[in-house]
Order: sequence, then C-alpha cells, then structure tokens
Amino acid sequence: MNFLILSLIKAAVVAFVLMTTLAYLQWIERKVIAHIQLRVGPRRVGPHGLLQPLADVIKLLTKEDLLPSHVNKVFYFLAPFIAVFFALIAISVIPFGTEVNLGPVHTAMQLTDLNIGVLFILGLSGMGVYGVALAGWASNNKYALLGGLRSSAQMISYELPMALAIAAPLLMLNTLSFRQLVEAQSGYYLGFIPRWTIFQGPVPQLVSFILFGIAAFAETNRVPFDLPEAENELVAGFHTEYSSMKFAAFFMAEYANMVTVSCVATLLFLGGWQPLWPAQYGSNFLPTAMFLAGAALCFYHGFHPARSFDRITLPAAGVVFLGIAVVFLIPPVAAVLLPLFWFAAKVGFILFVYIWVRGTLPRFRYDQLMRFAWTFMFPVAVANLFLTGLAVALS
Amino acid sequence: MDSILFLIFAAIAVGCGLNLVLQTHPISSALSLVGVMGSLAVLYLLLGGEFIAMAQLIVYAGAIMVLFIFVIMLLNAGGERRGRKRLWAPWAGAPMVAAIIGIGAYLIQRAAPRTAEVTFGAFQHGNPSDIGTNLFENYVLPFEITSILILIAIVGAIVLARKEIE
Amino acid sequence: MPPLPAVIHGPAPLSWYLILSAVLFALGAAGFLFRRNIITVFMSIELMLNAVNLSFIAFSYKLGRNDGHIFSFFVMVVAAAEAAVGLAIILTVFKNRQTLEIDEVSSLKN
Repeated sequence: MNFLILSLIKAAVVAFVLMTTLAYLQWIERKVIAHIQLRVGPRRVGPHGLLQPLADVIKLLTKEDLLPSHVNKVFYFLAPFIAVFFALIAISVIPFGTEVNLGPVHTAMQLTDLNIGVLFILGLSGMGVYGVALAGWASNNKYALLGGLRSSAQMISYELPMALAIAAPLLMLNTLSFRQLVEAQSGYYLGFIPRWTIFQGPVPQLVSFILFGIAAFAETNRVPFDLPEAENELVAGFHTEYSSMKFAAFFMAEYANMVTVSCVATLLFLGGWQPLWPAQYGSNFLPTAMFLAGAALCFYHGFHPARSFDRITLPAAGVVFLGIAVVFLIPPVAAVLLPLFWFAAKVGFILFVYIWVRGTLPRFRYDQLMRFAWTFMFPVAVANLFLTGLAVALS
Repeated sequence: MDSILFLIFAAIAVGCGLNLVLQTHPISSALSLVGVMGSLAVLYLLLGGEFIAMAQLIVYAGAIMVLFIFVIMLLNAGGERRGRKRLWAPWAGAPMVAAIIGIGAYLIQRAAPRTAEVTFGAFQHGNPSDIGTNLFENYVLPFEITSILILIAIVGAIVLARKEIE
Repeated sequence: MPPLPAVIHGPAPLSWYLILSAVLFALGAAGFLFRRNIITVFMSIELMLNAVNLSFIAFSYKLGRNDGHIFSFFVMVVAAAEAAVGLAIILTVFKNRQTLEIDEVSSLKN
C-alpha cells in the first residue's frame, strides 16, 4: 500500500486509541484513588461510572469559555496549544509491538522509527516546559506566574537526572532507536530470566530505573512533586485563569506526558514487548489465563451482587472477558496481539504505580524538591553513569 | 519535495527573525527566537544532520531559551519605549536592504556550483554514532576544554546571581 | 540572474541555505545595532550564532564530512555558557540600575 496512506491510517488509529486511553485513564485514576481512600468513586453515570469521562467531556465542552480581559491574548491561546502539541507528538516514535502482517500490508506497530528516537523524546519534554511557563505569564496573575515559574524550574531541574539515567542503559545497548533498544533486550539468561535492562549485565540498571521513575514523576508534575499545581497551595498554579477546553487541554497534556514517560520507561528498562518468561514455558497463554480468571471472578460476583444492577453488568463484563480470552487463542490474531498485550501490561503497571503513589504520598515542599534534585539525584545519576561506563569499557 | 519544505521553513525562520527585531516586548522576541530555532532544526534535518537537529532542540530551544524566558519573566521590566522616529528612514532603508540582499544572493548563486543540491538522505554521516566517533577520536581536546568552560560558566553565573549575604 | 526553478519539486540548491544564513545573520546584526533592551540585544547575538550554525552544517553537507556538525555543536556549547554568564550579568545590572535600556547604563561616559 502507498506509504503515505498507510501512515495516515496508522496515525488515525494511534490517535484514536490514545485519546480513548487518556479519557479512561482518568476514570481508572478516580476509581483507584477512591478505593485506596476506602470510598467508591464515580458510580452514577453508567455502570460503575464507565461513562464518567464522556460526561466530563460534555461538561468541559459546554462550559462557558471565558476570556478574562486582562490576559495577554496571544499567549493565552498559545500556551495550552503548545502543551498539548508536544505531549501528543511524542507518541509517534513509541513502538507498541513487533512487525506484523495485517492482511496484504507488512508494517511495524509504530508510526516512525527514528534512529534518534530517545533524543527526540528528550527534546519534546524540554519543549513542553514552554506551555507551562507561558500559561503562567499570560494569565497576568501573580499566583499563576509563580506557579508557572516554579513548575518550569522543577521540570528543567529534573530533566538533567532523567537524561543521565537514560544514558546509562544506552551505554549498554548502544543504540538510540527504540525498536533496536527493545530487540537488544530479547533472549533469556539461564533459560528463564529475561534480558531486560534491569537484569542485564555487566551492570543491572535498577538504580537507573528508580532514578528515571522519580524524575518522571517530577517531569509530569505528579504527586509527590505537584506543588506548583496543587489546589490548596497556589490557587491552582499556572492554570488558574483557564476554563473549559483550555483547562481540559492542560489535563490532557499531563496525562499524555504520563503515558509517554511510562512507555519510555517500559522500552528502556522493562524490555518493551518482550515477555517475562520464554514462550516454551507457556507465556503465550498468560493473557488467556488472566482474562479467564477475570471472567470467572465477574460471574462469581454476579451471582451474589452487592447492588441490584450488578446482576446484569457483572455477567456482561464476564462475557466480554471470555470473548477476549478466546481471541488470544486464535494463532494469527494472537501473533499480533501478544506483544501488544505485554507492552500494555507493563505500561499499565507503571501507570498503576503512578496512581498508587498519588493516593499514598504527601507532597514535597518546593525547596525540598529542588534540593532533592540537585544534591541527591544528580550526583547519584552521575555516579551510576560513571560505574556503568566503567563496567562496559572493562568488559 | 525538498524545495517546498525548505521554502516553508525558511519563510518561517525569516518571519520569526523579523518578528524578533520588530517586537517591543522581549518575551515576544524570545518566543520568535524559539520559532527560528525550531525551523532551523528542521533545516538541519533536511541537510542530514539529525544529531545536531536534536541537540538544537534539546540544548538551544529547550534549555537556553527557557533560561532567557525565566530572566525576562522574573525581571518583568516591560517593553521598550519607542524613540523619536524619522519618517523617511524606512523609505530610504528598505530598498537599500533589498538591493544588498539581492546582489548578495546573486553572487552566492554564481559561486555555488549547480551540482550542489541538497537532497534529503544524501548525507549519511550525521547520525550520533559517526559524530561520536569523530568527536572522541579527532576532537577530544576541544571537548574536554569546553567541559571546563561550562564549569567555569556555571560557577561564574552562580557567584554573580546570588544574593549578597549581609 | 539565473531563473528560479520553474517547477519547485526537486531538491533545493545549496546556495539557498547560504542565502538564508546570510539573511538571518543580517537580521541579527540589525537587532543588535538598533534595539535598546539588553535582553533583545543578547537574543540578536543568539540569532547570529544560529545563522552561522546553519552555514556550518550546509558546508559540511557539501564537503561530505561531519566536521561542520562538530563545530556547530561546539558553537552551541559556547553559546550556552555565554548565555548563562550574560544573563547573570544582566540580572546584576538590573538589580543595581532598575532598568534594562542600554542607553541608561552609561555612567562611564563623560
């Protein structure tokens, strides 16, 4: 098929899946935080609140789009556009799976495999700072300006340990293209330990993984580093003066950044779409087993439901899970879906840790945050890079 | 296709450059400079320099210009006052500028041979691997000296910008 | 003057990149000479450095070697160091004079 048409179709599919993921990521976050806090979360709009993201979108679209009279109009419109643009473009270099044959076309599950993919993501996260800084400036409001400046200073400070933490596995894997990074993590030690970067010799990159995780929390302005946008500290930080769609744009940019850094962590440290144990020991049947277990759980609770409408919704969910479990057993479809499943499972796990931390930890004060970056994370990242380089050079 | 891409991004670069020189408030000038750097990064990609394009985005547009924007926002000094203008100045200056640029363009066109055409993909040595090899084999000494230069600059900036302890 | 390509579908001649570099350098020089705000003057210097980088990369393409890319990389590094120190100096000037116009910082003039 023509390369241009194929790319457009892939871009449309990835954009649609990404938008749906962002919307339902917010639902998952509200439900998980609610259950951590021993409450239920959204449950009125649709069964178990599943239509809540739709209701939120309708609310945000139909709210009055205020344009305060004292703002700098050009920057006021430009800031959310920049934030969303750079957050969404980063998905174009993330590989979701292997090369597949979908009917007549042979294509990779990735929009484009740049040979400088890692640098591209680093550059885009640097450019994303402009959205926050301009939002604070344009609002002509001292709380917003302070929030914007603090947030940008935090993002810049944590970019340095993040880049150093990324450099260490790159020394071992010797490439900057994401697809080659994942392919360098294939294979198994002793027959069953996967050669993911966190397990790979000469230096297992556990310290880099933890450093990258902490820096990623700070880059995306999430708890415990979310002082600049916390509602009870600085009114609402840099998005105080924004309403309806522009506010939604900032939130969409934040969730898209979360998804991007989770994908990058998976590709660099957790082996991308490589399975956890070899296929000959049955790792191809893990998704089937998981969805069958989920279906069994749904049917069991469907017979003794806590609420009356669950007599219908839980068995319906059970049937859906059964269908998905069966789909994973069909060989040609399974060959396409299995790498996608492993990638999605790892990214989902990291996103769950994001949400778990949000429900558990208190937030840092701003000076503690900056001191932590410059006096702890930066020296540890440099030491880790030095040790990794030494080990790679000596082996 | 290469010509069209070059013309679009060259137009954006020149437009942002003009905006930088003509705007009164420094923050608009700073954002125009970011626009120039972005379009130059695309032009570097067209010339086969992918590493240098990404370095431009990460270092120049993503760090140096953010530093500029921080300083402008913190100082908050406002735009320039307009000085007394002489009305005949733009009418005399613009044709001269156009003439000089036209003559310069003609001379450059005549000096560069016709066969020097820029095709995307013709230059293969811009990847990080080749640049790294060249950098660490032939240019190690300048590399180490610039590292020390950056250290000196960091120390100098911290000393200059901190509050005096009474 | 040789005619512009009638159908702009092919590759761009290298001279166009050099002309663009010259135009950007001229704009930077104009900003450096005519603006009165220190920070805008500094940004015009950065624009001139960018124009020179484009020239380096264009000539590196022509020669087929990546030494121009390395020169350009060093220019970026030096520009970063210079921006850090220059902005620190600007901060100090602002603290002492409360103004950013270069015509006001003229106490060494007669």
